[in-house]
Amino acid sequence: MTIRSSHLNEISEKLRGDGLCLRTGPFSVRVQSNIQSVAECIHLLYQHHPMQNLEFCDYHLAITQPSGLRRWFRPQINFEVDGMIPFKPMPLDQAYATFEWGYNYCISSYAHQFLIIHAAVVEKHGFAMIMPAQPGSGKSTLTAALASKGWRLLSDELTLIPIENADTVVPLARPINLKNASIDVMREYAPEEVFGPTVSDTAKGTVTHMRAPISSIDRMNEPAQQKLIVFPQYHRNSPTQIKPRSKARAFMEIAEQSFNFNIHGKTGFDILNATISNCDCYDFRYSNLDEAIELFDQLIEQQHYSKESARLAESST
Amino acid sequence: MKNLISEVFSNPETINHFQLNDWDLLVRQARNSDLAGKLFVLLRDNSLLSETPKQALPHLTSAHVHTQRHGELVKYEIHQLYNELSELDTPIILLKGAAYVAANLPSAEGRFFSDIDIMVHKSRVAMAEDALQHKGWRGSDVDDYDEKYYRTWMHEIPPMQHSKRGTTLDLHHTIIPETARYRPDANKLFKAAIPVDGYENLYTLCPEDMVLHSATHLFSEGEFELSLRDLIDIDALLRLFPTQNQQFWQRLIGRARNLDLKQPLHYALRYCRELLNTPIPDQAYDEARNQAATEGPSQALTHFLLERGLRPNHSSCHSSLHGLWLWMLYVRSHYLRMPFKLLIPHLLHKALITPYEEHKRDREAAKHQDIHTLLALRNR
Repeated sequence: MTIRSSHLNEISEKLRGDGLCLRTGPFSVRVQSNIQSVAECIHLLYQHHPMQNLEFCDYHLAITQPSGLRRWFRPQINFEVDGMIPFKPMPLDQAYATFEWGYNYCISSYAHQFLIIHAAVVEKHGFAMIMPAQPGSGKSTLTAALASKGWRLLSDELTLIPIENADTVVPLARPINLKNASIDVMREYAPEEVFGPTVSDTAKGTVTHMRAPISSIDRMNEPAQQKLIVFPQYHRNSPTQIKPRSKARAFMEIAEQSFNFNIHGKTGFDILNATISNCDCYDFRYSNLDEAIELFDQLIEQQHYSKESARLAESST
Repeated sequence: MKNLISEVFSNPETINHFQLNDWDLLVRQARNSDLAGKLFVLLRDNSLLSETPKQALPHLTSAHVHTQRHGELVKYEIHQLYNELSELDTPIILLKGAAYVAANLPSAEGRFFSDIDIMVHKSRVAMAEDALQHKGWRGSDVDDYDEKYYRTWMHEIPPMQHSKRGTTLDLHHTIIPETARYRPDANKLFKAAIPVDGYENLYTLCPEDMVLHSATHLFSEGEFELSLRDLIDIDALLRLFPTQNQQFWQRLIGRARNLDLKQPLHYALRYCRELLNTPIPDQAYDEARNQAATEGPSQALTHFLLERGLRPNHSSCHSSLHGLWLWMLYVRSHYLRMPFKLLIPHLLHKALITPYEEHKRDREAAKHQDIHTLLALRNR
């Protein structure tokens, strides 16, 4: 049963009661909230996600508005992970963003059955392209654009490499977080996609979320093979440029962008080493989304054809 | 109330009767009580991982991976500290978690460590602090009141933090505040200490003292959030030491008398037996009880509070008054550790001045959260 099969009122009622359990890839998350904007955003942005019963949920989140004076004066919300309060209250209009953020917090704090890298990851022809990047590199815009043009979205923030199956990446298929200029860029580039309300956040500017494509959600239990690592860098008016990056530098950068490389110790080192060996690594500069996507399509087609021809050669001998 | 931690640690086989929603609750109680790694070890050692449902297992595996890393880091820290303090040429005793790791005790596996505790002779504290400061350890961010409080009344100096490694260190000179009701002689602890293999001048407490210290710490500290974890540490020691020394129980009881720690030992045995089904011979149990105070209204109140404080740190085990019980345990701990004329001003300061200063500080702090700050936090 997906979220869509329930009316907004039912979703809202569930959130106000025992909670609602969403499944996204390997995790189930139970949410409780008495805030209408959280219900509306979940109803809109998770409409194609499966809802499951509350028997066993991986993470238990509550985003609630306290009663009392604070309801009227600079209203705030409290965020709880199963009764624990990991960070301070947030402004009310960031309630839904706090849910997304808090969910990331849980995964990065508790899911050490994965090596977790702060990177976007998309897939085509079964091959995963991992895009680690610094803030402002245009990673989310690129991810959203690729997802709107037929690439499968695994995640815009968290690349999950399972320890037991370390040459793959496991999908999350959650909404894509967009900031500032990229919001208008994406609304124009992919007007057919669904966007949540835009809220302003004093520290980060404006924020919104784009719904994950339904085809990505349908395949959220299907891992992808690691194949490409691309370090994107948006530069205004830059021509589309791609050049190989040395594996050693790629390794160092990804280790730095990992949430739990340290926790995994030697295993983490071995896994990352294998990932880097599995993948071609590139530095990429761009300003034009169409050109960027065309280039990635070519890159992945090459991988696809070389695999296909190897397979054909093998079957003919 | 469903205390599944207590059920499972008392008798691991009970998981065979668990429904999936019991596992949901068990994982949550364990995670909030810092016991998920221990739970993994318990189920593995009882060959029960294969009976663990596929939904619950990743949580336990994840915590175990995390605690393994903690253990490695503690080993590394011990080695660094040893080098940093070697010029002092004075005995250093590792306490609590660090001691379990250094002595290779089973209590170490699956345990999270928040800080490292070491003890030196009181006359060497200033020198040790000085040496540590030269090696990159900094005093932590406590306010003037707390600084003075630590220096005057406590058994340790304010926590130190390493500027590069981020580790927190508690430097003790005895195991309990100077003003406390029970006042064990620290020299006796040093005399009985046991050398750590491969190091000179590095020690752990002897087995009896290790149990007594854990018990004293647990039952006289004011923070009860993770108390069940500490009780499980004691349980592990009480299951191990009697297999290494047949005289263990007699020695433990005699030592409690000798160090004036009869009361905490009685509590430890009582709650280990009640909550964790620790195999304690009746004779030892009775002797420990008989040499401690067990009667009277204050004991009844203490029992009432401890029984609540020792529950898993999860809402499923708390009544609406849980906050009040924890607060009373906090007051109790101060009552135990300082005379009345010190207690009242201290609690007033904590109740009135500290929250105001914290509020001022919070207002200054940045309000927003994002994934980059999270990443920075993780890799600190």
